[in-house]
Amino acid sequence: MKVDAAVVDEILKFMKTDKGLSFNFLSDITAVDFLKDRGVFEVVYHLLSMKNNVRVRIKAEVPESKPELPSATSVYKGANWFERETYDMFGITFTGHPDLRRIMNPDDFPGHPLRKDFDVAPKDEYCPVPVIKPDN
Amino acid sequence: MKEDPKDDLIPINIGPSHPAVHGTLPIYAKLDGEIIAEADVEIGYLHRGFEKLAEDLTYHQFIPFTDRLNYVSTFINNQGYAEAIEKLLDIEVPERAHYIRVMLSEVSRIMDHITCLGPNMVDTGALTVYWYLFRVREELYRLCEMVSGARMTTNYTRIGGLVRDLPEGFEDTAREILKGLPVAIKDTEKLIKKNRIFLDRSIGVGEISAEDAIDWGFSGPNLRACGVARDIRKDEPYSVYDDLEFDIPVGNRGDYYDRTFVRLEEMNQSMRIILQVLDKLPKGPINIDDPKIILPPKEEVYDSMEGLIHHFMFFIEGMEDIPEGEIYHAVEGANGELGFYIVSDGEKNPYRLHVRSPCFAYYQAFPSMITGKLLADAVVTLGSLNVVAGELDR
Repeated sequence: MKVDAAVVDEILKFMKTDKGLSFNFLSDITAVDFLKDRGVFEVVYHLLSMKNNVRVRIKAEVPESKPELPSATSVYKGANWFERETYDMFGITFTGHPDLRRIMNPDDFPGHPLRKDFDVAPKDEYCPVPVIKPDN
Repeated sequence: MKEDPKDDLIPINIGPSHPAVHGTLPIYAKLDGEIIAEADVEIGYLHRGFEKLAEDLTYHQFIPFTDRLNYVSTFINNQGYAEAIEKLLDIEVPERAHYIRVMLSEVSRIMDHITCLGPNMVDTGALTVYWYLFRVREELYRLCEMVSGARMTTNYTRIGGLVRDLPEGFEDTAREILKGLPVAIKDTEKLIKKNRIFLDRSIGVGEISAEDAIDWGFSGPNLRACGVARDIRKDEPYSVYDDLEFDIPVGNRGDYYDRTFVRLEEMNQSMRIILQVLDKLPKGPINIDDPKIILPPKEEVYDSMEGLIHHFMFFIEGMEDIPEGEIYHAVEGANGELGFYIVSDGEKNPYRLHVRSPCFAYYQAFPSMITGKLLADAVVTLGSLNVVAGELDR
């Protein structure tokens, strides 16, 4: 199900609070990089309704030039770390997130790893600890 | 963490390498006496970049990586991944393979619960429980080794079936080992169930309400201990779980006591499933009959030219005719909902592979669970949540 990125938090709130739908469990938030083909990131939300035993997948597209999306932490508390991971791996910012910082990679890591254009074998290596080289 | 101008609180760092945390999980706590006023956790010390690696590997080449996710219950990860790909390719695995996968998943589940309970009891001070339970785990490792050749990194399922059939003598060995499990569980219960010290240490510790738990994304034994009877094996049955009879233990308070006893009872139920499978195990093939999907058996690879070329093409060129599309498949891991989200664009590598790990979802709630509580309770709560770093960081 594809939705508009600007209002994704209101849609999630509706899906959670509506008595008929009652999607009270957020399974997963992640993103897929379609920059080469379509120039967008696709942010994917997986929801589960425990009452009706139904799963749904909601997708929101964000363009590469402005990868921003409203945060779902006001609707589901569990969205916190999932959004941090998506930010860490793709560089998609979630506005309204209480603490958006990198989660898996070190804080000063250059780049966003899961983007398709991330170079896994760069020429000058990133090293998080100071390296002491011999003087000769 | 926020900078507080009137900082009377003592910051301590229950650091990444510490005997009380199970895995590399630092907790940055600010203490007010012995009560934790603020807490923050950090993850990512075991981040190996599986999701990025998967984009360069074929579907078959990724199977050994799934062992390393939740490394204490490896068959469940293998089964989850294989079933996700089988759903994407829309193929049906023979019954014998389903039953063997279910049986070995339940063996893994028992091993995971033992690995959670043993060290957790050591944290609380009950050292003898560790020995009672780990003896059974050692025997179960012997069973894993019989089946797959490795104790921990089993790598046993393949897309379309299993790598090899059960060896001779498996059933007798399994039944004999499983005789030791109820004895160990009963001894554990006798030691802790009416023990004044354990009850004081565990009732009301690390409590979380059911609504909070669902909101944070809890699943598995931690959610069932809060009173929510939700188990993917019963509610969305996959494989042959709807042919098997088992119950789901549910707690009521969501504290450390409930989590311990839910896990103990789940071990009993897993044993019930294994004995049913051993009785019902059908004869027949273990792999589907499609040479485009299943690897050739090793005898053919070593003896015939066609087998060798077939094997070579699989690992260099990958499978052909993979449909485009995406799939999300969730299995009941030992810690909760283990999901695989695979996006395929028809190539031999997945376009995107994402693992929804249960530990990631419930470890978010950990800082709020320990704030305002004693420091010793924080250690015990961390163990009872059963956070496995491999699954958390992927």
